[in-house]
Amino acid sequence: MKVALILIALCAGLFTLSLVTGFTPVSAQHSLAALLRDDGTPLTVVMREIRLPRALLAVMIGASLGLAGAAMQGYLRNPLAEPGLIGVSAAAGLGAVLTLQTGVAAAFALALPLGALTSALLAVGLILALAGPRGSSLTLILAGIAVSALASALTSLVLNLSPNPFAAAEIVFWMLGSLADRSFNHVWIALPFMALGWVLLAGLGRGLDALTLGEDAAAALGINLNRLRLALVIGTAASVGAATAVAGAIGFVGLVVPHVLRRFVGARPSALLWASALGGAAMVLAADIAVRLLLPDRDLKLGVLMALVGAPLFLHLIYKTRAEFR
Amino acid sequence: MSLLTLSDLTLMRATRPVLSNINITIKAGEFVGLIGPNGAGKTTLMRAALGLLPSQGASNLARLPAPLRAKACAWLPQQRDIAWPVSVETLVALGRIPHLPRGQRPSTADQAIIDASLGRMGLHPLRTRIATALSGGEQARALIARALAQDTPLLMADEPIAGLDPAGQIDTMKVFADLAANGRAVLASLHDLGLAARHCNRLLLLDHGRLVADGPPHAVLTEHNMRQVFGVTAHFETTPNGPVFQPLDTL
Repeated sequence: MKVALILIALCAGLFTLSLVTGFTPVSAQHSLAALLRDDGTPLTVVMREIRLPRALLAVMIGASLGLAGAAMQGYLRNPLAEPGLIGVSAAAGLGAVLTLQTGVAAAFALALPLGALTSALLAVGLILALAGPRGSSLTLILAGIAVSALASALTSLVLNLSPNPFAAAEIVFWMLGSLADRSFNHVWIALPFMALGWVLLAGLGRGLDALTLGEDAAAALGINLNRLRLALVIGTAASVGAATAVAGAIGFVGLVVPHVLRRFVGARPSALLWASALGGAAMVLAADIAVRLLLPDRDLKLGVLMALVGAPLFLHLIYKTRAEFR
Repeated sequence: MSLLTLSDLTLMRATRPVLSNINITIKAGEFVGLIGPNGAGKTTLMRAALGLLPSQGASNLARLPAPLRAKACAWLPQQRDIAWPVSVETLVALGRIPHLPRGQRPSTADQAIIDASLGRMGLHPLRTRIATALSGGEQARALIARALAQDTPLLMADEPIAGLDPAGQIDTMKVFADLAANGRAVLASLHDLGLAARHCNRLLLLDHGRLVADGPPHAVLTEHNMRQVFGVTAHFETTPNGPVFQPLDTL
């Protein structure tokens, strides 16, 4: 309970901070007032059309990555699992890269997220076909690795064959992940998929708790493992696919956040689900504030900062908890 | 009342029968030991009975929908999986999952059953400890308590006392015998035939997927069965301290 309150307060604080952080030098009071009440100045437009969707997307994407990470770790019973493991992020990336390469993205603003989402959904279909309706967790991982490798290979091929260096640079920059210059259109594209994913993933708590005892014991506790796996894959694909579609690849959130929060919720997989959703939102909000404060004029990419912060943090955690892994 | 009814249960792997025409009925009040050499099919029998493995023939448990089956029979697998560093109490509380509506916290009645299960396995001093940091034997006791917390008429356990110290083994066998005496039933696969002889009131002897003998310990642990099935000689005696069984030598 205390953990929940702290995380909610943290998210609320960072959300407000994200709203008042930006290129336009205006006081926090002013900008919040302009957000709440249309005062006819450009500041209201900035707040409502630029900063609000950016902060909302940070919350939505962070929650999706954290929730999917916790669910994936719970299902695979492995603290090293992360949502990208089933290949959804790589596939979404491929879809986005194809729209950039073909120029569709330039012709029609929402072509990129839509292309990424379509590609993520195709990948899920392929994974479910490969892993079968009755496969084990191992077949799911193997199918995920195969799909992920295929998507990465095709992305490399697109870069390789890219006729002009500007397109290649654009693709590379997109893949670094960012929340800059997103609009409410991105929010509305991502939200239905994410909401579907959240509902599916949030319903897994009981089954994931039972899986603490192993697949056999969980099945004997009345858990339908096939249904659980299906909900996990579709829920992860919908939420993480949508996150990648609007913001590019943002790593480490789904891996580090559940890992950090596990000890604070007594290691119960069900409690870790909501905690990681809140924690993920806080982490992405914080990182998105940091990219704007650290190098305001250089467009530091969110995915880059996340990896720069996430990797040492993860190393530190491994160092601290290595006794548990033995 | 019969808690487990298997009729002509058969399981083939490729063309090789792993279980052949098993017929078993277990009633309330019985503590049944399932014995047999390695690879005789003990684990397979119990998993097929639960419906965790597809098989031919009929099992009353496998016929039930999974949520109802979880209220009819608790299953303690041989692998002692504890994936996360949860407290012993949290681990034992997992046994209440089939009884809790989705998303609901354990009620005081559930908590009473959890406490009783912890107490039966002598785990009160360990209840707040992290389960993954316990010794193997302590983990085994915590997992047995988890199965007890499921509070089902029938408990199926796969080698529940392997790796426990002598006091832990005897205590666990007494807990199972006590469950049976209170109108429940236990089916446990065992390799310690001495403990099986002393505590079970019925033994099932499995060999190459066939049920070779079924009856009270003295009728199953005969010299003939020991030679034929286990390839050992043994000494069996009814003493003032209860039945004593000791394998002596291989043939």
